[in-house]
Amino acid sequence: MTDTPLSLAEADSTLFARLRRWWSGETATPVKRVQFDRPLTPWMFLLPQLAVVAIFFYWPSVQAVTSSFYLEDPFGFGATFVGLDNYTEALTSRGYMSTAAFTAFFCVVVTALSLGLGLLLAVKADKVIRGAETYKTLLISVYAIAPPVAGLIGMMFFDMHMGPFTQIAAWFGHDLRVGIDYWDTATALIVISVWKQIPYNFIFFLSGLQSVPVSVREAALIDAKSGWRRFCDITLPLLAPTAFFLLVINITYTMFDTFPIIDVIVKDKPANNPMTLVYKVYLDGFKGNDIGGSSAQSVILMVVVALLTVLQFRFLERRVHYG
Amino acid sequence: MIKTASTAIALALTASTASAATDISWWHGMGGRNGEVINEIAQQFNEAQDQCNLTPVSRGTYEEALSSGIAAFRSGEQPNILQVFDAGAATIIAAGGATVPAEDLITGAGEEFDRDAFIAGVRNFYADADGKFIGMPFNSSAPILYYNTEAFEAAGVEPPKTWEEFEEIAPKLKEAGYIPMTASQLTWMMVENFKSRNNQQFATNNNGYDGFEGTEILVNDDNQKMMFEKLKAWADEDLYGFYGAGWADNLKPFEEGEAAMWIGSSGSFGGLQQSADFEFDAVYMPYWDSIEGAGTQSFIGGAALFAMAGKPDEENACTAQFFTFLTSPETQFFYHRSTGYVPITEAAYELAKSEGYYDEQPVAEVGIQQLMLEGGEWSKGYRMGFYPQIRSVMEREFNRIFSDEVSVDEAFSIIEEEGNALLARFAKTAK
Repeated sequence: MTDTPLSLAEADSTLFARLRRWWSGETATPVKRVQFDRPLTPWMFLLPQLAVVAIFFYWPSVQAVTSSFYLEDPFGFGATFVGLDNYTEALTSRGYMSTAAFTAFFCVVVTALSLGLGLLLAVKADKVIRGAETYKTLLISVYAIAPPVAGLIGMMFFDMHMGPFTQIAAWFGHDLRVGIDYWDTATALIVISVWKQIPYNFIFFLSGLQSVPVSVREAALIDAKSGWRRFCDITLPLLAPTAFFLLVINITYTMFDTFPIIDVIVKDKPANNPMTLVYKVYLDGFKGNDIGGSSAQSVILMVVVALLTVLQFRFLERRVHYG
Repeated sequence: MIKTASTAIALALTASTASAATDISWWHGMGGRNGEVINEIAQQFNEAQDQCNLTPVSRGTYEEALSSGIAAFRSGEQPNILQVFDAGAATIIAAGGATVPAEDLITGAGEEFDRDAFIAGVRNFYADADGKFIGMPFNSSAPILYYNTEAFEAAGVEPPKTWEEFEEIAPKLKEAGYIPMTASQLTWMMVENFKSRNNQQFATNNNGYDGFEGTEILVNDDNQKMMFEKLKAWADEDLYGFYGAGWADNLKPFEEGEAAMWIGSSGSFGGLQQSADFEFDAVYMPYWDSIEGAGTQSFIGGAALFAMAGKPDEENACTAQFFTFLTSPETQFFYHRSTGYVPITEAAYELAKSEGYYDEQPVAEVGIQQLMLEGGEWSKGYRMGFYPQIRSVMEREFNRIFSDEVSVDEAFSIIEEEGNALLARFAKTAK
């Protein structure tokens, strides 16, 4: 449909197209057959990758599943098989369930806000002609900041003694107490996480927008006068593959990659501050030395993420149209 | 960066010593200036003899040091010496096979060991129920009350000995334009050392020393709840400023001269001398006059060194030699002077006195004097498993108390319930 070189978003969309075919059982027609002269050769090429997956994913996963059924002294002197005790303990504990609820809420809010704002900025930046490069560079540069540093910068703004946001809130009569008040901390966490993720979404949306063919846009211009209509009917469907890809990435981001930001905000002492499930696994396992309990939590997390991914591909991805 | 620097120093230390010496390693959880002092001590030890070569390695914070020590032990790569903080003591002591008791190690290597040489406050904390030293007390501190002398002059008041006196002077300090008091780490100050200063039982089974089976935490009692009812009331009247669970957030108002008093660690005074540009002094942490038998010594805070099991005899001999070196009055005095942690032996305290150190730095003596106060039945120490997690539960509930989400009564019922669940869980893991 286009003769421009393959953009990033399209490269990803072909990946998803392949996954979709695999899911629905369609077979793709191979473009050309590559034959190795020795049957072992392809395995040799695969070996490093398989080794990495086995060592860094399968092996630890198996370990986590095993130790989740045991109650163990931290130094490994004796492990007692306790069946599903660690799971029931986690799932019935007040702390775990409220963390789970916050994680779900956090996921929805951060994903929605960072996707929405990323898209808005991309659409606006796409229209800018003068100084376009400067705008883009300024918007993208945040992406180069490492998450812990982003957390630190954010906390300077929210610091309860001298943060500018605390002062601004005080003008409006709100005593902003990040680190003490649950929802104040949650707000800080969301603002910093969204701010950190917007540039990533921006890059992808922008490249997605730029791959919408000029001919299609011009044709649309004749059909509809309203910019909003054109955006909804033409641009948005064409952006759908990019948006779907970003949705998956953003959910993973909020669930896992916000860890350093939380770590910086709660400063080693979570107290009653909100946190995500991953942070709780770390706290109970590495700080509390409760290996069985934290293994059970990480297995629960693995199952949740797997389910979420399957659901996304099964229901959402079917509605996405790949050009 | 600190970590890289200390590793570099550690490597340099290794390189500079003769290769014939037995190498031993020491993992610790100290950073900044305190981490540098550890390297200096190791260097002094390496220069003082030529059979052993000690390499200190920083493993991050206290908690990280304990976790990496545990992970290393499980894979057979443990260091010879591991520094473990007060709240983690039960975890490592419960795992009997993980360590060699410090006392056995030292006497086994044919060196002298005298329990009574240690000041009373540190004798029991890392020892078993019979008083045998399992861990070697190292950096020890006590919670003390720092005060801004200018503020006290402006308000025309004297520093409080008891909480009753605090209630009298606090309004005057408030009138003089100060936040009367802030305190870091309420778990250490207002629970653990509320128990020790007021001679209150903290856990069943002799504060946990007699075994993990059936040990229950005792925090849901009238006196303990009264302390927090008071703190909450003071916070509501602006007589006490609560700034969350972070250590530095509560220290900051004092450093900036806004708060008149701050309850912190005796080990904080070196840092305070640099950060505070006003005159300050310190007194003992207050107790309640209304509680009978109160005014006893406080628990030691800080950390101890544990000799890890599974090491060859010649390495253990070196570890023993280092422990003896560490408790010598000269090393203790050097450490006391460089960091602000208290000297752990009577001899070291005498040496510091005779050198006239406390004439120059009277604040440095407050912590050790508080640890040398008369002991009570319940001021020796406590031993509870998964205690770092119990502390987290308390921190969570305290934040909720001060943001009006929960009443003091409810909060302590929750702490008791969750604390006991953790203790029961730990009893099942401990062999």
